Amino acid sequence: MIRILRQMFRTGIVTDRSPQVDDPKIRVVGLEFENSVRKRFRRSLTVRAVDAGSCNGCELEIHAMNNPVYDCERLGIHFTASPRFADVLLVTGPVSRNMEAALRRTYDAVASPKIVIAVGDCGCNGGIFAETYASLGGVDKVIPVNVYIPGCPPTPADILNGFYKIFL
Amino acid sequence: MKRLAKALKAEFGDNAKSDGNTNPVTFTVAVERFADAAKTLKESSASLCAEWTTDDTNSGRGFSVYACYREGSEYLIIKAEMSYDKPEFPSLVNHFVPANRFERQIRSLMGVIPRGLPDSRPWIKFEDWPEDAWPLRKSFDVSRAMARCEGQYAWIKAEGEGVYEIPVGPVHAGIIEPGHFRFQAVGETIINLEERLGYVHKGIEKRFESMTWETAVKLAGRVSGDTTVAHSLAYCMALESMTHCRVPDRAKWLRALFLERERIANHLGDIGAICNDAAFAFMLYQCSRLKETMLSNNLKLFGHRFIMDRIIPGGVTADIDGNAKKEILSEMDFIKKNFDKLVRIYEESSSLEDRVRNTGILSSELARELCVVGVVARASGLNVDCRVYNHFSPYDTLDVDAPVLAAGDVHARIWVRIVEIRSSMRLLRNILRDIPAGGIDAACNAVLPDSTGFAAIEGWRGEIIYWLQSGNRGEINRCMVRDPSSVNWLALEKAIHGNIVPDFPLCNKSFNQSYSGHDL
Repeated sequence: MIRILRQMFRTGIVTDRSPQVDDPKIRVVGLEFENSVRKRFRRSLTVRAVDAGSCNGCELEIHAMNNPVYDCERLGIHFTASPRFADVLLVTGPVSRNMEAALRRTYDAVASPKIVIAVGDCGCNGGIFAETYASLGGVDKVIPVNVYIPGCPPTPADILNGFYKIFL
Repeated sequence: MKRLAKALKAEFGDNAKSDGNTNPVTFTVAVERFADAAKTLKESSASLCAEWTTDDTNSGRGFSVYACYREGSEYLIIKAEMSYDKPEFPSLVNHFVPANRFERQIRSLMGVIPRGLPDSRPWIKFEDWPEDAWPLRKSFDVSRAMARCEGQYAWIKAEGEGVYEIPVGPVHAGIIEPGHFRFQAVGETIINLEERLGYVHKGIEKRFESMTWETAVKLAGRVSGDTTVAHSLAYCMALESMTHCRVPDRAKWLRALFLERERIANHLGDIGAICNDAAFAFMLYQCSRLKETMLSNNLKLFGHRFIMDRIIPGGVTADIDGNAKKEILSEMDFIKKNFDKLVRIYEESSSLEDRVRNTGILSSELARELCVVGVVARASGLNVDCRVYNHFSPYDTLDVDAPVLAAGDVHARIWVRIVEIRSSMRLLRNILRDIPAGGIDAACNAVLPDSTGFAAIEGWRGEIIYWLQSGNRGEINRCMVRDPSSVNWLALEKAIHGNIVPDFPLCNKSFNQSYSGHDL
């Protein structure tokens, strides 16, 4: 036990206080709330991540948002296991044909206002997998998307900046 | 002549024709004897690595079925041709268990019938696909959206007093890829687990066929995003073997540098995540911090956190200078110092030990029977590692030690990773010390019509195989991808028997197989 405590103290706080920026490459569509709502989201935003067919690259970076360096919980961004508790659906793509039904059902389970963030080039437009018999393309082919975060994969800082658009 | 080839020749004589100059050597047999060849090779203790089919109609032939076997450092491919009107071959499932999923996939995606395969359910192809949709056939129109139809998947059922069923997925609680698991349990004890995969099927193998050889490396780098270096390396090596491209030595060493960095970063992430599933969150945060150090250094030194798209046919696109060497060395010092402390804490935590020891045991016999590869195989007593047994440059000059443990439990899979991290850190130092000077890329010749290429390399999960075939105009006719997950997923189903439901996440994480690499 003493070793664990020692290692914790030695490590200290490693969080990178990188400033959030209004990143121009991140596109926003139809994200309008009253200020009172926005203010509440700023301290408490619950997110459900859905992999709708990604290669797992974007998932690694979403994971990294939770590591001690980016520590998204300090901004009130919390990942939940159930879509029913979620304010935000964070979707990576392309949407595979075999995941279409599951994605729709997850979206239906999310409470309004149902903010959807598409992560990665594939989530934004299908990326390298394009539209084929097995891939339906970007997330907006299946459900409405509010924030597009491009990148292959976008870095954790990029994804945090995508969230920042909700608070802006 | 090597062992498998010798055994095959002894049994088949002139009925097995070798094409002589390809690597690995490919023997063509009559299609009726396809399973006999498997039997002969099994008797010589071969493992089945992969089984796949090609549609050769563009070259004026029918279908061909291939099976790739491995024994020690020897790979061998058996090929059999079928006419277009009678696409049938005898199933290998009586000799090799993993043939089950390979052949279900062959029937689902190519419409070629494995005769004698008892499991007639589709694999990857879902019940709502049209019956005659065989995307890997040349006659299939990729751009057209497929209609949806009615259908039911026949799940395995368990009945009896107190038996109940737990369906999980495809959307899981954590931030992971989608797949469906169905447990049958009595009380807390799992009596059966059935996996249903294919949710992330993006048509990758078909997509390859619409790309050029140069652009396809990007797609290979996205077969499984966490293994981007190893997949693009395997693709490039297969292509280079096809075009007899001479890659500069420095590029080869840089590739090994990238591969070992990918291995360390992913193993660190895995160790943390496994411990977290046993409620030891301390380890997750400590390990993810170390992993993050490597990823941000990757961005700084090579321009991408996962070193994606830095390996191209003929070489690499990122080099290191004196400063980068220094940075990597001081990074290794930092990681080693912290990692050693963490390992000590892992060893001394008895509550953690209670969860990881004797949990999710995959016995050595079963591991052999299921032909598993990589970390999972080495934790179950199988001595397999392409860096040791099928070594490719520069691993022939580097001293790789691949740890082999016999226990086959979660602890063994963690411990193999721990030893591999240490070994890879040592390799990185040796690579930085001995890396030769020179260019980092070379031009590749054009691909000749009707040729094939093969590569097997050791990614962080295990052996990755690429097999490429060109068509009659020198274009991509087929790109077969065999991620380690294609064989290892089945082992999880078997390892979980008799364990309790709350230990499933722990076991699953200790395997940590790729969904995307499996579903393709």
